[in-house]
Amino acid sequence: MRLIYAIPAVLAIAFSAAPAVAQDANTARSLAATCTTCHGADGISVGGVPPSLAGQNKDFLLQQLNDFKSGKRPATIMHQHARGYTDAQLAAIAGYFAAVKPGAAQSAPRAGN
Amino acid sequence: MTISRREFMQWSAAAAGAAAVSGCATGGGSAGKVVVIGAGYGGATAAKYIKMWAPDIDVTVVERGNEFISCPLSNLVLGGNTDIRELTYSFDGLKRRGITIVRDEATAIDAEKREVRLAGGNTLSYDRLIVSPGVEFVYSGIPGLDNADAQNRVLHAWKAGVQTIALRKQLEAMRDGGVYALHIPKAPYRCPPGPYERICQVADYFKRAKPKSKILVLDANEDLVSKKGLFLTAWNGQYKGMIEYKPNSELVDVDVKTMTAKLQFEDVKADVLNVVPPQKAGLIAEKTGLINANNRWCAVDWTTLESTAVKNVHVLADATLSGPAMPKSASMANQHAKVCAAAVIALLKGEKVNADPVMMNTCYSFVDGKNVMHVASVHTYDATQKTMVPVKGAGGVSDKASEQEGLYAWGWARNIWAEALA
Repeated sequence: MRLIYAIPAVLAIAFSAAPAVAQDANTARSLAATCTTCHGADGISVGGVPPSLAGQNKDFLLQQLNDFKSGKRPATIMHQHARGYTDAQLAAIAGYFAAVKPGAAQSAPRAGN
Repeated sequence: MTISRREFMQWSAAAAGAAAVSGCATGGGSAGKVVVIGAGYGGATAAKYIKMWAPDIDVTVVERGNEFISCPLSNLVLGGNTDIRELTYSFDGLKRRGITIVRDEATAIDAEKREVRLAGGNTLSYDRLIVSPGVEFVYSGIPGLDNADAQNRVLHAWKAGVQTIALRKQLEAMRDGGVYALHIPKAPYRCPPGPYERICQVADYFKRAKPKSKILVLDANEDLVSKKGLFLTAWNGQYKGMIEYKPNSELVDVDVKTMTAKLQFEDVKADVLNVVPPQKAGLIAEKTGLINANNRWCAVDWTTLESTAVKNVHVLADATLSGPAMPKSASMANQHAKVCAAAVIALLKGEKVNADPVMMNTCYSFVDGKNVMHVASVHTYDATQKTMVPVKGAGGVSDKASEQEGLYAWGWARNIWAEALA
């Protein structure tokens, strides 16, 4: 149910005529894009390792990010990344991924030979 | 009737072309034309993200190769721990997105007319040009290697593909008890931990197949430039007695006939000599006057990746003058590409460019076939210094190499390939 409400909200922001709001949406998109090198485009992970972030509960995502940042949740690498972001940036990232519809990941196509 | 692969490819290319044309015709006015030179981690990712975030922008990629071969993980081919086919991908995913792929080589850029001239004779016009040319090797300081024949015998294998396969064959052909020597140029070069990972991979192979063999590391730097503690743990642990590290080993010349590396104070002979030459921004960057830092690299405005030398031209990835503690890596190329994509879209649409870009780096290194360690960092824009600076307190390296990070490394690879090509 959360998703059904969340997606129109994001679309509304993305297509809003107010430039400041649109810019916030693009800022969140760009911040989230720093994560997708490892977690997959739009947070949809090919093979699921590291995990997909798309469509996860916003509060859950933000709690994990904060726990990585504080060191409460042990990690190989995520604590080192989370510490690079302000609390507001982490909230924007969690909000962005929570609003993405989870789907099948697209793999890079193999070269034919 | 059967259809040959070649015919099928031609047919598919024609179909893709037709789709792209009809897409333009029915899709209304274009929001602008972007040409991208180079379909590596920087260029392919920028093209994909511009099209994904702004489908009304026309995107054309000029690439001289017919497929994408990943440099990251290519050291595993040398160690016999993966096959080059696992690292080889097609540009069909980009075509399916409506991006035009032109297999050709950009020979000149006319920044006044906003045109790119191609070796095949065609000219492409652009509103914004993205140049992601990778690195060019500088052989001028190594006279013995400054010809094609020598370069086919003393390999770099620092661009993945035929050289990777050829170096693997040299290692396979080497006798047990032979010497493999790797020369590392002074930093900055592409992939800071790459040479040390390569040493691990060759050691892993020798330990299995040629245990009497030796490895010499001829490093022009005064010390290991990346993940020092972690690499030394492997070299002094699982590879104990196999590796000799020689710092400050600047290469003066190479005698290809005798496979001898001539250093300032000694000559070092090897059975397999592997020289990673010094590097600079790719040739097209030099021809276009984009190189304006240390005669080697292209300085950019980090909020847009636009060249500080030539207007409307953006430079990505290894070719840039890196910010402090910013590696020339695939992860960083991917992050450059996305900051650039967002900025190019904003510039073409008359929107405000994000003044606070963030870039994150993750580099995994394979100690053997399974165990992996990382170095990570986060970089933010400092408006006073006009550069990206690492965030204090963030980033770091693994506590130790682990199989868990091995899984993450392959996950990183599958996702960064999809980011660029799916």
